[in-house]
Amino acid sequence: MLERTEEGAPKAAELDVFGLLARFAPLVFLLVLMAVFAILEPRFLSPLNLFNVMRQVSIYGLLAIGMTFVILTRGIDLSVGSLIALTGLVAAAVAKGGFESRFAVGIAAEAAGYGWPLALLAAILIGMACGLLQGLAITKLKVPPFVVTLGGMSAFRGAALLFAGGGPISGFDDGYRWWGQGYIGPVPVPVVIFAVAAIVAWIVLRYTRFGRNVYAVGGNPEAARLSGLDVDRITLSVYVIIGFMAGLGGFVLSARLNSAEAVAGTTYELTVIAGVVIGGTSLFGGVGTIFGTVIGTMLIGILLNGLVLNNVSSYIQQIIIGVIIVLAVAFDTFAKSRRKRA
Amino acid sequence: MSDGTGLGSAATRQDRAAPPLLRMTGIRKAFPGVLAVDAVDFTVEAGEIHALLGENGAGKSTLLKILAGAQAPDAGRIDLAGERIELDSPHDAQHRGIVTIYQEFNLIPTLTVAENVFIGREPLRFGLVDWARMRRETKKIIARVGLELSPDRLIADLSVAEQQMVEIAKALAVSSRLIVMDEPTSALAENEVLKLFRICRDLKAEGIGIVFVSHRLDEVKSLCDRLTVLRDGRLVGSADVAAVEIDDIITMMVGREVDRLFERRGAHRTGEPALRVEGLSAEGDPRDPSATRLDDISFTVAKGEIVGLAGLVGAGRTELARCIFGADPVSRGRVAVAGDVVDLHSPAGAIAAGIGLVPEDRKQQALFLALAVRLNLSIAALGRLTSRLGFVDERAEAVMVDDYQRRLGIKMASPGVEVGNLSGGNQQKVVLARWLALQPQVLIVDEPTRGIDVAAKAEVHQLLFELAGAGLAILAISSELSEILTLSDRILTMREGRLTGDVPIEEASEERLMQLMTLGAAAAERVAIDARAH
Repeated sequence: MLERTEEGAPKAAELDVFGLLARFAPLVFLLVLMAVFAILEPRFLSPLNLFNVMRQVSIYGLLAIGMTFVILTRGIDLSVGSLIALTGLVAAAVAKGGFESRFAVGIAAEAAGYGWPLALLAAILIGMACGLLQGLAITKLKVPPFVVTLGGMSAFRGAALLFAGGGPISGFDDGYRWWGQGYIGPVPVPVVIFAVAAIVAWIVLRYTRFGRNVYAVGGNPEAARLSGLDVDRITLSVYVIIGFMAGLGGFVLSARLNSAEAVAGTTYELTVIAGVVIGGTSLFGGVGTIFGTVIGTMLIGILLNGLVLNNVSSYIQQIIIGVIIVLAVAFDTFAKSRRKRA
Repeated sequence: MSDGTGLGSAATRQDRAAPPLLRMTGIRKAFPGVLAVDAVDFTVEAGEIHALLGENGAGKSTLLKILAGAQAPDAGRIDLAGERIELDSPHDAQHRGIVTIYQEFNLIPTLTVAENVFIGREPLRFGLVDWARMRRETKKIIARVGLELSPDRLIADLSVAEQQMVEIAKALAVSSRLIVMDEPTSALAENEVLKLFRICRDLKAEGIGIVFVSHRLDEVKSLCDRLTVLRDGRLVGSADVAAVEIDDIITMMVGREVDRLFERRGAHRTGEPALRVEGLSAEGDPRDPSATRLDDISFTVAKGEIVGLAGLVGAGRTELARCIFGADPVSRGRVAVAGDVVDLHSPAGAIAAGIGLVPEDRKQQALFLALAVRLNLSIAALGRLTSRLGFVDERAEAVMVDDYQRRLGIKMASPGVEVGNLSGGNQQKVVLARWLALQPQVLIVDEPTRGIDVAAKAEVHQLLFELAGAGLAILAISSELSEILTLSDRILTMREGRLTGDVPIEEASEERLMQLMTLGAAAAERVAIDARAH
C-alpha cells in the first residue's frame, strides 16, 4: 500500500533494493525505534503506555491525514496549528453556552451549555469554513498555498487570541471530556477517532474517483486539466478536508486537556508535515499514502515521547525534528531523481 | 539544382583571402537515440550574412548550440579566424566574440533594460555599480537599433518586438565578430524587420559575420549573401543566394522526390462535418514572446477524415489545437462538434462535446508518470466507471484496460506498473487509449509519433487509419511533412497564426506545402507560376 503501483507489479527484473528500502524505511525505522525504547524502558511496550502515546499521536494524526490530501496536490498547510486552537476555543465556547458565558464554570454553566454535539459541529464548521477561505485564495486569487496558509497561520492565531480574550476556557461536562479522555474497551477514544478517520481517508484515496483525481492533480496538474478534471475544485476540496480535520482535532484536543486555549497547537504544523513527509508523501505531489502517513506520524510521536521519557530537553527535540524533516525531503528528492532517470 | 551551384566560388575565395571567420568541419553530435548532426561543414566569411536553413529537426538548433558553446560536439573542429578553438561554455563563446541571439529570449523580465543590457558586466565605480554610466550607455546602445526607451523600463513591460530589439542591442554591446540570430524576425513587424535588416547590413560593413536562421525564405533572399541547408542532421549544401531561386531552396530543404510509402486505407468518404471551426482567433500569451496569435481560422473535419495540419515552428499549430480543446483562451470564434457549439472555457467542456487531445508533449501534458498505467488510461473516462457514491468500479476498469491493452497492443508487465517505465511508443498508446475509452467524435493528435521508434510509429499510423475508418474525425499535427503526407486525406497549412492553404492529398507535395508554410498563399502562388514559366 506504500506505493500505488501495488498488486505486486513486477518492476524491472533486477531486485530494486532502493525501492524496497524506500517502501519500508519508515516502518523499519519505527520498529527499531520502539525496540530501542523498549530496551531503555521495558514498560514502554505495555499496552497502557502504548495507548497513552497513541492518544497523544492521535491529534497529530488527524491533522496529518488532512495534510496528506493537501500535500498530494502539491500544496501545504501551515495554518493547522493555529486553526486547531481556534476551533478548540469555538467548541469550548459553544459547550459553555456561547461567547458571553465562555468563562463560566460549575453545574449551572454545564446546564446552560449547548452540549458536545453542537460544540463538535461548530468546531468542524469553523474549520471547514477557514479551509474553504484558504482554498479560495489559492484557486481563485492564485496565491501559492505556502503564502496563503502562512497568512492563515497568523490570522487564525490572532483570531484565537482575540476570541479567548486572555484566558483558557476550561471545565467541560463528562460527555464532552469523553471524546478526549474516555475509552472504548481498552482503547482511548482519540485513538479510535484517528483509526476511523485513517480508514475512511484510505478508502477515499484508494477507491473513489475523488481520490484518483487528487493523485492526478498533484502528479501533473496540466495533464489533469487536459484530461478534463476540475483542478480548482479538487484543490479547494483538500483544504476543506484539512479544515474538517483541524475542527475535529481542535475539539478532541480541548476534550483531552479539559481546556481550550489560544496558544494550543503551536508548531503542530511542523510536526504534522514532518510525519507526512517521513511517511513517504512527496512534497512534489502525486505520491503518498495514508498508511505511510500513519506510520510517519507514529514515528514522530513515539520519538518525541521517547525523548521526553529519557529527559531530552525540548530544545534538542526541536533540533531533531528539524533535521529529520530536511533528511526526509532530501530522501524524497533523491527518490524522485531516480524515478526521472528510470 | 545541384548541390555545387555556389560551392566553387567559396573555395576560390578561401584560397586567395585570409582564412574564413568561422569554419566548422565534420561536426557531429548525437543524443540518445538520435544523431542530431553528422559530418556537417559550415563556413562563414567576415562581412557575410549567411543563412542557415532546414526543416524542423534538420539539426540547425544543435549546430547553433554548439556554436554558442552550450553543447560540445562529439566530433569535428571549429576554427575562428584560422585558429582552432574549443568552446567550453556560452561564456567562453561570448568571450571569443561569438554572440548568439536566441529565439527564446534570454532577457530577465523583472529587471530593467539597462540591467539586462549590462548583466554580468555592469560598469563599476569604486566597486559599486555606476548607475549613471550604465543608463547613459544603455541609451546609446539601444538607440543604435532605433529604440527610444527609458533604460529604466522593465523588460516585462515591453512589447515582444521591443524585447527582441533590446536582445539584439545587447548582442551589439559586446564586441563581437560573429553574431548568430535564431529566427530574429519571427516576433517583428514589417517596419522592425526593415530596421533589423539595416542593422545587419551595417554590421556586415564593419566586417562582422552574421549567421541568420529564418523560415521566411523571402527574407533570406533579400538579406543574405550565402546559404547553407541542412536536412536530417546532414549538410545538403551551400550556395550563393543570388544564384538560386526560392523553389530551389525548398527542394534542397525537402530533399529529392520523397518516397511516399503510405498504403492508403480504403477509399475514404467525406461524410458530414464532425468538427467545425469558425473564425477562431486567440491573443496568445502576452508574456510569452514565442506565443503565436491565431487569426480568424475556419475549417471543418468530416467524419472519417484525417486532416493534417502543417506549419513551421511558431506557425500556431499547437496553439490552434489547444484552443479547439478549450485549453487556452479564445478571443473570438466558435467550435462545433456535430452541429453543437462547444464550451471552450475548459478542456472539460471540449471533452464533454466529444473532443480528445493527444498533446504534443506526452510527459509534461498527458501522463502521470508516477502513477500506474491503469490510472493513466482510465482517468478521463472515470466518470462512466464511478458509482453514485463516488467509488470506482475497479472490475469494470480492469476489463476496459485489458480491452485497450489488447486492441492497441500496449506492451507492459501489468496494468499496475508506473507508466513512466513504459517505452515512448507504449506510453503514447496509453494516451490514445485514454481518449478512445471516451469514444470521442473528434480526436486531435499533436505530434503523435514524436520520440517513438519506427515500428511503434507505423502501429500508431495504422491505428489512426482504423479509427478514421470507424468514423472518427482526426486532426493530425506533425512537424514531419512525410508523416503529414502519410496520414492525411487533406492538409491545412499554417503560417504565423493564419491558415495559408487547404490542399487535398492528391495535389499535395512537400514542395507545395513548404511553399505555403514559408511564404503564405499569395507568394506561394507566384512561385508556382514562376516555376511553370521557367
